[in-house]
Amino acid sequence: MQFSESWLRSLVNPSLSSDELSHLLTMAGLEVEEMKPVAASYDKVVVAQVLTKEKHPDADRLNVLTVDVGQAEPLTIVCGAGNVTVGMKAPCALVGAKLPGIEIKQAKVRGIASFGMMCSEKELGLAEESAGLMVLDVDATVGQSIRAHLDLDDHLITLKLTPNRCDCLSLNGIAREVAALTGTVMASFPEATFTQTGTQNRKVKVTSSSACPRYSGRVISGVNAKAQTPVWMVKRLERCGLRSISALVDVTNYVLLELGQPLHAFDLNKLNGDIEVRFGRAGEKLKLLNEQTIDLQGDMLVIADAKAPVALAGVMGGADSAVDDATTDIFLESAFFAPSVIVGKSRRLGFSSDSSYRFERGVDYAATAFALDRATQLILDVCGGQSGEVTEVLGELPVRHPVKLRTSRVHRVLGISLPSEQIPQILSRLGMSYKQNGEEFIVTPPSYRFDIEIEEDLIEEVARVHGYENILPAPIQAPMCILPRNESQRPLAKILQSMVVRDYQETINYAFVDAAWERDLCGNSSPITLKNPIASQMSVMRSSLLGGLLESLRTNLARKQSRVRLFEVGGCFSKSANGYEQYERLAGLAYGGSQAEQWGVPSRNVDFYDVKGDVEALFAPLSLTFKALPHPALHPGKSARILLDGNEIGWIGELHPQWQQTYDLPNPPVWFEVDMSALMGSSVPKAAGISRVPLVRRDIAVLADEGVLVDTLLTAMRGVKAPYVDDIGLFDVYRGKGVEQGKKSLAFRVLLQDTQKTLTESEIEPSIAMLVDVLNKNGAQLRS
Amino acid sequence: MQELQTILDDALKSFAAINDAVELENAKARYLGKEGSLTGLLKGLGKLSAEERPAAGGRINQVKQQIEAALHARRESIQQNALQAKLAAESLDVTLPGRNSSAGGLHPVTRTLERIETLFHSIGYDVAEGPEIENDFYNFTALNIPEDHPARAMHDTFYIDDQHVLRTHTSPIQIRYMQAHMEKYKHLDAMPDIRIIAPGRVYRVDSDATHSPMFHQVEGLWVGERVSFADLKGVIADFLQNYFETKDMQVRFRPSFFPFTEPSAEMDMSWKGGWLEIGGCGMVHPNVLKHVGIDSEKYIGFAFGMGVERLAMLRYGVNDLRLFFENDVQFLKQFN
Repeated sequence: MQFSESWLRSLVNPSLSSDELSHLLTMAGLEVEEMKPVAASYDKVVVAQVLTKEKHPDADRLNVLTVDVGQAEPLTIVCGAGNVTVGMKAPCALVGAKLPGIEIKQAKVRGIASFGMMCSEKELGLAEESAGLMVLDVDATVGQSIRAHLDLDDHLITLKLTPNRCDCLSLNGIAREVAALTGTVMASFPEATFTQTGTQNRKVKVTSSSACPRYSGRVISGVNAKAQTPVWMVKRLERCGLRSISALVDVTNYVLLELGQPLHAFDLNKLNGDIEVRFGRAGEKLKLLNEQTIDLQGDMLVIADAKAPVALAGVMGGADSAVDDATTDIFLESAFFAPSVIVGKSRRLGFSSDSSYRFERGVDYAATAFALDRATQLILDVCGGQSGEVTEVLGELPVRHPVKLRTSRVHRVLGISLPSEQIPQILSRLGMSYKQNGEEFIVTPPSYRFDIEIEEDLIEEVARVHGYENILPAPIQAPMCILPRNESQRPLAKILQSMVVRDYQETINYAFVDAAWERDLCGNSSPITLKNPIASQMSVMRSSLLGGLLESLRTNLARKQSRVRLFEVGGCFSKSANGYEQYERLAGLAYGGSQAEQWGVPSRNVDFYDVKGDVEALFAPLSLTFKALPHPALHPGKSARILLDGNEIGWIGELHPQWQQTYDLPNPPVWFEVDMSALMGSSVPKAAGISRVPLVRRDIAVLADEGVLVDTLLTAMRGVKAPYVDDIGLFDVYRGKGVEQGKKSLAFRVLLQDTQKTLTESEIEPSIAMLVDVLNKNGAQLRS
Repeated sequence: MQELQTILDDALKSFAAINDAVELENAKARYLGKEGSLTGLLKGLGKLSAEERPAAGGRINQVKQQIEAALHARRESIQQNALQAKLAAESLDVTLPGRNSSAGGLHPVTRTLERIETLFHSIGYDVAEGPEIENDFYNFTALNIPEDHPARAMHDTFYIDDQHVLRTHTSPIQIRYMQAHMEKYKHLDAMPDIRIIAPGRVYRVDSDATHSPMFHQVEGLWVGERVSFADLKGVIADFLQNYFETKDMQVRFRPSFFPFTEPSAEMDMSWKGGWLEIGGCGMVHPNVLKHVGIDSEKYIGFAFGMGVERLAMLRYGVNDLRLFFENDVQFLKQFN
């Protein structure tokens, strides 16, 4: 909410500078978002009156004026403005004035000495554009400083109000708050002086009294709708960010700003019969003031006449019953609509209005009559006319329930101790009535506060007025206890560190991705879809981290990186029987050289086995198995399921050439993705005796068809449980000279050991024979 | 025995001139070998009288020892020279880069989170987590944000369906944790204090230079019998001073509004002569405690939430939020 400091100060004027006032508001929870002066800090600009005007002898467009600036002698001023007339009053910058961007000096203009400058609003920094001199009031005092005349020492203050402080959505509310915080007395509003001389009336029927607990209004007849809004009112409206529209509308807006009560003026002669406050009916339409025609719904409260709805209650008036220049009689409405009825309606319709903004938060239901009188008085003053009697329909107004406040609780929650007189003092200042019984207060909040329902609400009020700054931070004190640490769970930090050590850079990608990624890369045709994505390429929840990593890879390739290794740990999402499931995954993507280009290592592109090594190292000492299986994102011959203890826990493979082309990648990246839950599993080590007997090594070299998988052979050999065999590993794979096409030579290292004694040849031989035998059975023959 | 002196001089001279082990052994044979000159002299001793023999033998043996010593010394020297030459030939350019030295690094947000977790861990805060697709109850209702409450408009929410949203804050984790805590300790008369931080990704429909539709928050919660607003200020001030490693850090609390805390405060910290909003906090609203079955008369809690990217930006001098999610390795490597 934006308002004028000087308007506020006309209601309450504590002895604080503008900055101090701003600080006070901010520290009381009414955050000042911006405070800017109305005008630059120039001086020596006064109200002047043009006495004479003559054409400049040497310039068509210039006039030579004599101007009364309140000094003994009039000044001669050369002026080029088109709207200058003899007798007009306009601002004059005297010699020495420093206006924004220009300093006024005595100068000769085309041969004639000029002793100042007549000013437009633009030249005074009051408008972006202006057509001619700023025309001042005819009764402005000649010679008066323009700062005083136009109230230019004012500031525009913008508050960022929290939704609970609806009581501060008006000048009156802010002033009330400042008065409470500073102990300053507020000025009172001028009393209404009009008498009800009008005879016209309108009957009002409220069908839903809980939605509209109070509806009041009156007819004002014989108004001059074309009357000029007074300059002071226009100025105040403008400084609160509202444009002057017409006198009638301006007055309702003015009272809205001043008192926070939304008002509406209907053109009486456009209303058919009595007024009814009721809910909308299916099929009804209403054209609003903003030209939007809406279909009314059963939960939308409307003001209707005998024929049709004429306004969306508390939100916006209807176009067909609006006042205009021809209006002579009005029905002025001042009502209290229940916040729960107004809330959400304007949001549903896609706009916000000053009225709905206030009603959905809460308007002072005890002040509708006062606001109605205030607006009536202003309309009569500005537009003339006769005021009719007030029609009021009263239902069940909100009740302010008393709230208990205990001094001890205040102290306990805030961690401070207040002098005993301070709490009642604060309550009084805030307009809260209370009964005190020892340390207990039974507090009844005022009608304008919609945010005081429980003891904690009052504790906040006490803290606020006491000042949060005056509650000193307490040193941390708590009973000590050791936090449990599960050793059979690998800490996340260690896992991340393993990836870092394996030369992967961590990335963080959006969890919502392009639906095409899910379809192409994950074969997911029904992903979890956002109802309101910010962009179509961020519309579905990812089921894999691959898309984001590829996107990040592309970003880096576009920035001339040639070797990129990325990883991410994050949530992936899928639909499940009872909603949605999230599982944490770790994925890595390696692209470019297997090592950073270097003198000591021959350069080659990263391949499946490089990344497989990274995955195995990541899981070590747990051992994984890999099963060749196709994946939509991967090269069908270079793709595998990763298994841990027989459970599928991830994928690894080289990107499918088709996607490599689609994503415009010069080389194929290798990707893996594993479940974090599998990765975090670990176990507490259990030590066993170690043997001091020397290990025996035997190598077995076999020939096998290309189709025979190494893992099959290893598993088979391990499966026979040959005596003394401690470990079997593959140490060489050979193809080429000496090995026929379509076959490969494999060399296995077998380590044998007994816990007690050194093995003899006769003990070793049978074990090796067992292994050779099982190799044979699985399609691998001993090389001769 | 002029001859003996000549042999010695000759041997020493020839040894000194030799730089090769084989040549040296050949030279040795010339003096000490079967046909060697000194061997010849020794053989000649028999021709001498018994009286002369010992003295002559002694002289010859003395020369023999001298020759052998010289030979030995020379042998050592040649060996040393050969070793030196070999080592010299083997020396490396130690300034060449080592192999496979490259390492990756953590994302600055992760780095920041690890730092935050470490600091809070030191005062007994555990880490809690929760799902990013939340249901309406945990994201709103349990946090005292009923349907149509104006506060819901404060959260620009991504909706999955009528009941599910992308969590707009990490506060739902509070609720889940408190529920689990209550269940775990329901057999006790008094529950142990809850002290957690809850970091995680959160989502808002907002995207410009200063807003990302996805960002990270860290939520803190302490519930116990003796927890106050002054403690909240103490913990926050202590954390920020340690996070930024400066005791000059000023922390300012000003009244604000969050449906799930009462009293509520906005936290500002002093920064370059002004104040910077760093997060929101307050005393846990009794309705929130009620939702999880905690007696709000007996227990009081405070909660706070901070933007992780914000803390990272201030700490490391990052000036554009969007950099965190572009994943340009040139940017990321600065935090390795």
